[in-house]
Amino acid sequence: MQPIVEFQNINKEYPGVVANNNVSFKIKRQTIHAILGENGAGKSTLVKILYGHVKPDKGQIIINSDLATINSPTTAQSLGINMVFQHFSLFESLTVAENLILGMSEKISLSKLKSKSETICNKYGFNLNLNSPISALSVGQRQSVEIVRSLLNNPEILIMDEPTSVLTPEEIKKLFKIIKKLVADGLTVIFISHKLDEIINLSDHVTIMRNGKVVSNLTTKNEDPESLGYKMLGYKVSKTKQINNINYSEDVLSLNNLSSYSQDPFTTNLNKINFKLKKGQIFGIAGVAGNGQKELMEVLLNENDLEFNGNIIFKNININKLSTFQRKSLSISYVTEQRLGHSAVPEMSLSENILLSMNHKTEFKRGDFINFDTINSYANDVIKNFNVDTPSFNVKAGKLSGGNLQKFIIGREIMSNPELLILSQPTWGIDAGSEAFIKKSLIELSQRGVSIIIISHDLDELLEVCHNISVLYEGSLSKSLNVENIDISKLGKYMGGLFD
Amino acid sequence: MAYLISIKLREDYSNFIFYLSPLVAVFLTLFFGSFIFLILDLSPIESFKIFFISPISNSYGISELFVKATPLAIIALGLSYCFKNNIYNIGAEGQLTMGAIFGGGIGLLFNNSSSILLLPSMILFGAIGGAFWATIPALLKTKFNTNEILTSLMLTYVALFILDYFVVGPWKDPDGYGLPKSMPFPESGRLPVLFDGLRIHIGVYFAIIICFISYIVFNKTLFGFKLRVSGFSSKASQYAGFKYKNLIFYTFIISGACAGLAGLFEVSGPIGLLYRDISPNYGFTAIIVAFLGRLNPIGIILSSLLIALTYLGAEDAQLFLKIPSAVGFVFQGLVLFFLLGTDFLNKYRISIK
Repeated sequence: MQPIVEFQNINKEYPGVVANNNVSFKIKRQTIHAILGENGAGKSTLVKILYGHVKPDKGQIIINSDLATINSPTTAQSLGINMVFQHFSLFESLTVAENLILGMSEKISLSKLKSKSETICNKYGFNLNLNSPISALSVGQRQSVEIVRSLLNNPEILIMDEPTSVLTPEEIKKLFKIIKKLVADGLTVIFISHKLDEIINLSDHVTIMRNGKVVSNLTTKNEDPESLGYKMLGYKVSKTKQINNINYSEDVLSLNNLSSYSQDPFTTNLNKINFKLKKGQIFGIAGVAGNGQKELMEVLLNENDLEFNGNIIFKNININKLSTFQRKSLSISYVTEQRLGHSAVPEMSLSENILLSMNHKTEFKRGDFINFDTINSYANDVIKNFNVDTPSFNVKAGKLSGGNLQKFIIGREIMSNPELLILSQPTWGIDAGSEAFIKKSLIELSQRGVSIIIISHDLDELLEVCHNISVLYEGSLSKSLNVENIDISKLGKYMGGLFD
Repeated sequence: MAYLISIKLREDYSNFIFYLSPLVAVFLTLFFGSFIFLILDLSPIESFKIFFISPISNSYGISELFVKATPLAIIALGLSYCFKNNIYNIGAEGQLTMGAIFGGGIGLLFNNSSSILLLPSMILFGAIGGAFWATIPALLKTKFNTNEILTSLMLTYVALFILDYFVVGPWKDPDGYGLPKSMPFPESGRLPVLFDGLRIHIGVYFAIIICFISYIVFNKTLFGFKLRVSGFSSKASQYAGFKYKNLIFYTFIISGACAGLAGLFEVSGPIGLLYRDISPNYGFTAIIVAFLGRLNPIGIILSSLLIALTYLGAEDAQLFLKIPSAVGFVFQGLVLFFLLGTDFLNKYRISIK
């Protein structure tokens, strides 16, 4: 049988990164085709090209044996391609039916649309009240609205980008039933995921991508989660770099049964997190974005008085109730994921950005008066010791490149002699030179006996600098793996949510 | 194909233009203001002379300029603490009124006193009254996350009604022929004037001292630094470990106290008693003064003088040009409009596709 979609040598380059590198593969009609890969492997770019959202630099797409030029989502829809995005685009105050009619390209009366939608809902078991406002719906129901909206266009191909990331286990079961029924009725589904067990359960074929390239095309029934995990990450074994041994035995930080219980549907609650961190140890927390990294950082930093159970013990002191300021005063330092507007104020000078994070230190103030001399000389030291490329400490932080600013921020924290440094995405979006410099600085810091936690989506980075790695998955933390003799298939399983 | 207007943030946002834009706004105001005079069949040059030059061509006029500029400057300086912190206290008029009620109330309560402590206590209570009125929106914002713009504005009208109640009710002057006003404050409760025969009073010194203190606070202290950081980014402020809720209270209290002080100076200075219309919208106009002065203490002193001139000019225009004094508010509105416009164009680039 003819493939319904064929990618031929798709190339897409963004400044500094090749998102798709000669991607070619075929998708069979009436199958569920999964695309698997780490963050940044190029999955999303590829399906956005298919949906006409992104233009490829090179390469072509064959749909139903015809060469297709897809310039916009409208053309994609006219070719029978529809997409359900990870983030919904619904109007909260409008009803389900009103949202559905807004997505229609053809003219249709509201009553006609309602009866058409009801037929779809009844046939596939979507439990939707067409007259209720979106704001009254659960996250799962909102996704149903998005799917019904796509189905109203009579698609041949439905792309789903991480559709389960926002759903409860019960909702996921229901969704899978619906997807299988849709495929039985003739639809082809392209399913993007990083969850190994879902791919095993749902898909017929799977394409594994890594660094923008296709590394394997597999028939799912010949695979198991372990083999998929290994194929996704396997190449990393050779790249692992040995770092120094840990020379100390005392615990600096321990988290005991940490759980959060926010009602906000867009947060991932932490679920009984336990770990211990030794003096001089670098501990990596891996995992795909949105699995509780933000929440874990919030609990460790305590910016918003997020409520949680369990205990955080820093050097025998329970710091549960301590504010950010008090934690910093105990010599815990933080580097947040977002640089501009969080760990640095772009509108302020580099000197003022020193004070931003170091205002708890007495040497920078006399009473409430700021001691600009000591701040400026501290800023100068950071600029010198951490190779920050800037003419002066009076330059506004927003004028620095990402890499330079990150070196400045990490340098600022390191120079304050912390006992514990907690970083989130320390090398995200910065140039290779700065990245290498930061990694080297972190390793040197640990050799001086400072403990470090790195929360990162970038496994390569963690394997390179950490002593131990655990994986955060849907708010739970896996056992920690020793990087020195790491079992990559196990790490792959952890990444896909299959803990021991 | 439809034309789409796209608005993009400028990356090369200019600091120089930020400080230049008040001058541009004033120039544009004069330019477009001259059309208003032309439409009214008046010579723009003559009119501007009457509006902006003749009011300050003698010592009495200059004194009056300072009489008007003093409350504007004091209130605007207080408001600049809020605005730097990205908190929008729109209710300075109400805080001014409350200051007049509290401080003036002390003057009426001890209206037989000749103690030198009477005026200082009136000043103190004026500041307390304004601060008290400003803590209400601060409390509502921190406890219930209400919008401080609405609550502070609505409380202005509450304060005005409370003043109304007192001057037609318990504090009405028994010898006042039934007019809605209180009896005059005793001599010991009046603000000393700087020169005999002129109304310019010692409030000017307060404005200068507050300006000086604010300059130090904004540029040299951790407190001023906290305000600026919170104004730029609340997330960065949390990262720095600053208590944002406390900052909301402090800034409301400071701006309320300043407005209350200005209110007390008005009633114990030029007016000398309490009655209904103690302020020609000084509390609202001070918002324009604060932004025209770029929230910079020295800039605020300069802009308060300029805006005070529109008050005087409007009075002279009414007298000599026979046009309504509301033209003064028109000029204030134009300045604000052009200032916001130039700020917007400095921050964003507009292109039409």
